[in-house]
Amino acid sequence: MTAAAKTKSSAVEPHAAALAQTAQKLTVSHLNFFYGMHQALYDVSLEVEANRITALIGPSGCGKSTFLRVLNRMNETVKGSRAEGSVFLDNDNIFDLDITLLRRRVGMVFQKANPFPKSIFNNVAYGLRINGLCSRWELSGAVENSLRRAALWDEVKDQLHKSAYALSGGQQQRLCIARALAVNPEVLLLDEPSSALDPIATSKIEELLFQLKRSCTIVVITHNMQQAARISDRTGFFLLGRLVEINETATMFRNPSRTETEDYITGRFG
Amino acid sequence: MNRLARRKLVSALMFGLTGICTLLTISSLFFILGYLLWHGIRSINLEFFTQLPKPPGEVGGGMANAIAGSAEIIFLATFIGMPVGFLAGVYLSEYGEDKFSFVVRYATDLLNGVPSIVIGIFAYALVVVPLGHFSILAGSVALSVIFIPIAVRTTEQFLQDVPHAFREAALALGAPKWKAIATAVVPAAFSALATGMLLAVARIAGETAPLLFTSFSNQFWSLSPNQPSASLPVMIFTYAISPYRDWHRQAWAAGLVLLALVLFINVSARLLLPRRVFK
Repeated sequence: MTAAAKTKSSAVEPHAAALAQTAQKLTVSHLNFFYGMHQALYDVSLEVEANRITALIGPSGCGKSTFLRVLNRMNETVKGSRAEGSVFLDNDNIFDLDITLLRRRVGMVFQKANPFPKSIFNNVAYGLRINGLCSRWELSGAVENSLRRAALWDEVKDQLHKSAYALSGGQQQRLCIARALAVNPEVLLLDEPSSALDPIATSKIEELLFQLKRSCTIVVITHNMQQAARISDRTGFFLLGRLVEINETATMFRNPSRTETEDYITGRFG
Repeated sequence: MNRLARRKLVSALMFGLTGICTLLTISSLFFILGYLLWHGIRSINLEFFTQLPKPPGEVGGGMANAIAGSAEIIFLATFIGMPVGFLAGVYLSEYGEDKFSFVVRYATDLLNGVPSIVIGIFAYALVVVPLGHFSILAGSVALSVIFIPIAVRTTEQFLQDVPHAFREAALALGAPKWKAIATAVVPAAFSALATGMLLAVARIAGETAPLLFTSFSNQFWSLSPNQPSASLPVMIFTYAISPYRDWHRQAWAAGLVLLALVLFINVSARLLLPRRVFK
């Protein structure tokens, strides 16, 4: 009887066992966000699971970028912005953490590759240097390690002292990922990291994210539905500042529980 | 038909007029250059750069002390004005979003427009009167007051040109704001900033009025900042209005040297200006 009940429940919720095992890296509850008088996010609650890729999809202006930029408090650079609710990184409320410490733990990669006008080496070393690491020997070890993690080492190892602008767009974006990885973030946020790249460069980034989730928790915004389906473990759908639905990616794309989600992913709007 | 012809005629006339005005504009520069070169080049010799001025009536002598004095005054003025102007510019660009910075910006523009002789009086009251005598320091203070507003606005402008993405990248790596400015924003604008500073140096190099009653003049070597000193612009002024033919000759030479110096600084500043590396 007990055994039968167990079987039944696991048939209904096939992911229950997996969910119980995965730790919640980020726990967002009842998050509201305002730019001045304008409310950009309404009561968003979700959990980001450790060492998995969470994709956020939704039409332009739906608040997914705002949401992402709340997670490392980048939005606080916008004057008059304000957040309500709580976001926990493990057991720390991010709004109570020192902002620089938070950003070292939660790294970010932007839509457009934004390397500094410095050499490849100095780009990757930047985050380490500002955190006080100066020994040449330690730096070069860390730079190599980060470039390897970003799958860029083999392409640039002989030109570390060339300007970052000598690289192609896709390489520049991987350089930015390497730069973010150098400070060993626990979470990596990516805001449409491949929207400006061609399909080959895009597939390299996707492969890379797949590798990275072993050591990092990843949240990625994408406009590309196929990309979300390809790379992510979980997908969240934003619409008009609200989180409509978040679920396992397979479930989300095969069997969304909300009609808005289905309309969006089947291309009926957005 | 007739009307059309008239229109064409007016158009041609106006076009010709704009051309003539353009020509007038650039020809005044070349006229000054040519005239100075014509009179100056004949008076320039090694003596001019190595000897002290001779008393009136004696032929020969040079302006070595004025050249050195000018260099020292300009150097000191830059030494005072550059850090103040630079840091105020950083404030306006990176922190200035409130009403206060609007006031600062406006005040800076006003200061930029204050007649230089008035700035000379200011330095006279501020430095000369308390010390009781003219000095290089007083001249430098006067020139630094001219230097500062130029440095402020160019710094602000060039830092504003740095893409916001660099600031975000640095902040996202956990840099505190001041560190992001010091290690990502300012280095990105470095050569542009150097250009701006050089142009400010070129601007103060030719100022005469503020020096007349601050650093004054001197017949002898005096490199102590606490002593009055000769300077090229003041020497030009003094020699040009003197009744001696040989002094007029030297004034032309000094004018040529000063202009060459300013042109040199200007041209090297333009060469330093980076090709736009960031999009």
